[in-house]
Amino acid sequence: MSLLEEDTGRKQIAQRRRMDFILHILFVICTSIGVLALMALMVDIIMDGIMRFAPDLFTNYPSRRASQAGMKSAIVGSLYMLLIMAPLSFILGVGAAIFLEEYAKKNRLTRLIQLNISTLAGVPSIVYGILGLTLFVRGLALERSLLSGALTMTLLVLPIIIVSAQEAIRAVPKARRDASFALGATKWQTVSRSVMPSALPGVLTGVILALSRAIGETAPLVMIGGLTYVAFLPESILDSFTVMPIQIYNWISRPNEAFHELAAAGIIVLLIMLLLMNFAAILLRNKYQKNV
Amino acid sequence: MRSETIQPSKEMGKLVFKNKKNHMLDKIVPILLFLCAALSIVTTIGIVITLISETYQFFQQVPIMDYLFGTKWSPLITPTSFGVLPLLSGTFMITVIACLVAIPLGLASAIYLSEYAPKTVRKIIKPILEVLAGVPTIVYGYFALSLITPLIRTIFPDMGVFNALSAGIVVGIMIIPMVCSLSEDAMSAVPRSLRDGAYALGATRFEVALKIVVPAALSGIVASAVLAFSRAIGETMIVTVAAGATPKLTGNPLESIQTMTAYIVQVSLGDTPHGSIEYGTIFAVGMTLFVITFLLNILAQYVARRFREEY
Amino acid sequence: MQTLIEIKKLNLFYTAFHALKNVSLEIPEKAITAFIGPSGCGKSTLLRTLNRMNDMIPGTRIEGTIAIGGTDIYSNEVDVETLRKKVGMVFQQPNPFPKSIYDNIAYGPRLHGIRSRQQLDEIVENSLKASVLWDEVKDHLKRSAFSLSGGQQQRLCIARALAVNPDILLMDEATSALDPISTLKIEELAQELKDRYTIVMVTHNMHQAARVSNQTVFFLNGEVVEYADTEKLFSNPSDQRTEDYISGRFG
Repeated sequence: MSLLEEDTGRKQIAQRRRMDFILHILFVICTSIGVLALMALMVDIIMDGIMRFAPDLFTNYPSRRASQAGMKSAIVGSLYMLLIMAPLSFILGVGAAIFLEEYAKKNRLTRLIQLNISTLAGVPSIVYGILGLTLFVRGLALERSLLSGALTMTLLVLPIIIVSAQEAIRAVPKARRDASFALGATKWQTVSRSVMPSALPGVLTGVILALSRAIGETAPLVMIGGLTYVAFLPESILDSFTVMPIQIYNWISRPNEAFHELAAAGIIVLLIMLLLMNFAAILLRNKYQKNV
Repeated sequence: MRSETIQPSKEMGKLVFKNKKNHMLDKIVPILLFLCAALSIVTTIGIVITLISETYQFFQQVPIMDYLFGTKWSPLITPTSFGVLPLLSGTFMITVIACLVAIPLGLASAIYLSEYAPKTVRKIIKPILEVLAGVPTIVYGYFALSLITPLIRTIFPDMGVFNALSAGIVVGIMIIPMVCSLSEDAMSAVPRSLRDGAYALGATRFEVALKIVVPAALSGIVASAVLAFSRAIGETMIVTVAAGATPKLTGNPLESIQTMTAYIVQVSLGDTPHGSIEYGTIFAVGMTLFVITFLLNILAQYVARRFREEY
Repeated sequence: MQTLIEIKKLNLFYTAFHALKNVSLEIPEKAITAFIGPSGCGKSTLLRTLNRMNDMIPGTRIEGTIAIGGTDIYSNEVDVETLRKKVGMVFQQPNPFPKSIYDNIAYGPRLHGIRSRQQLDEIVENSLKASVLWDEVKDHLKRSAFSLSGGQQQRLCIARALAVNPDILLMDEATSALDPISTLKIEELAQELKDRYTIVMVTHNMHQAARVSNQTVFFLNGEVVEYADTEKLFSNPSDQRTEDYISGRFG
């Protein structure tokens, strides 16, 4: 036998190899486009915004004059929003996840809830805006307040939090539950003292990532907040408010170039905040991987 | 020496196995947790009721046929006209452009990451894609307006500042990570042994990728494409910022258009009195948007489950 | 018997791990050669170097030569695709593609450029006949390969390997996932195939090696301990370690 092909066979293989090579290059190019797009985006924004990325941005209120405008109220608004949302969405989301993973029987209702959660995750965020507008702003007469916005955003991120918390809980080995039950613990004692401590880093990672999504979310809050000229800090949760993405949107939609620079500077602030949150999530995830 | 033994508490000579406090907790807690889970159902019902009741009122005043098949959308300027087709066509154009960008690029990236890339490269690219997926849409809107539009204008100088092409491309870039990661998940689920079987027959890498792995992962890939389509339809800020606010039936991507989502934002920014017809349009359009994306999401789940290959 | 595969001073490393140590073997053609030894002894690794499936594992390094029919398989003149066409392989778990029975068999020939329907039909029929599966499946070639039982799937995989017309067939513990009856069928099939093909098999099961093979190689810790005619190796091993292994003292 011979391993060396006759001419036609060799040609056929050479052709297939060329195809493999060409496609390899093509795949590399396609993959780099995503990477390049991210780089272009970063460079574009930093170039435009770095000049306005100054203390004024953090200390000044929005203004009709671009040279004096800042986003103090928007930054504070975003932080307040986080403060209200974080505990709410944590309790509701993790509660739902514990129920589905630890308590729910495998019946139709459970399947319905599970299916419903994954469907909700795919509902466009603007639809949550419509819901919030009707339910909180008008229905509960909370008006265009910080609370309306935070409640709306809580509903928006809940499906994401539930799904990731479920994954974290599912990753806890069954042996840990058994060990706890075998010592005479009740269901809730087992869940609260044995399962949740193990799952917590994973749960928190998911919560932080979901909150970082909420921080950047614009559309539903545009509908709730509406108001984008807020030259004061909200003093109660029923005050009107603005948040960073709304302020940025406001600046982008003005024709004056100077405002676009402000928008870019605002985006830098927003991205830095997201980066910090993601960094926290990664730290937690690494800790988590060591533990389980 | 004092001997002390732990003894089970006795009550009338019987062992007591009940602890009242724990017992109560174990009855209440599941109910509370169930309420948390049930909130998701309440949310859905809330969305549906909100949309249906307001949409119903809207259709009391505007015939549903005029809405569905009308070719002119000008609810704010008299003479008013409530044909949703221009908004639908605008949405559709954005979505098609976005999918033309996202599906080939996302799928190619997925194939590269799952079949070609060495581990080290994968370790670098995947976090980058995650970051790309986490960038807020308003930032993409700025990107479209400040970089992509001027770039396209170097080729088509007559194009306006607001246009469907630029917005569509950027929506596509935004969805790439989603298509890529869902497709890659589906491809990684294809067992190693199938690839080995093909390699052992003398297949090259692209033959294994395109003739074995992609067909075996097809359900997941199709599902990711459907979800991409749905995401593009629901995307709001990029199109609000970059695609314009002129609802029209056009096939020209260089023109300014308006999508359903952008329209909803536009109305809610203005001071439309609630209860008016104009206000009702938010719900009619929102309902249309919700129904379309809902059906697409169900379709995606169905595809992913129904055609799941058993390897 | 004429030597077909000639392995000379082969050393193989997975990054730092020395998996094969100075292996030299001459494997004759048109016979069954069995590799036996405890898990991790390198027998599967050696098998996978024969069709260069190890190339795909990053960090693999090879020293020494393997010549098949006088040609060094690691030389630049040899295309790995051609090598794998001539050196077929059957895996531990049956791994049919998620396609029809027909398309499973036709996959290889199509890769290597055969397009004619008539030719493919012929190849499919002949391969299935050679793997003694034809009578069971000839009426439903369009059915999914997953509709077959485990043993049938494995014979389908053998047919798939035969369809590209190889000279050598590598069997990597091809019966370890099968029930005894299916195992027996595959063993009988191997006996039949050895008149036309050179078969190298890795097996966990010493009895299988004793039943089926002509020569047996015993591996331990990446080294060849003993290489002899099967009958001799099992009845009268010359190395103490071989005797310990075949008498069940370890492994």
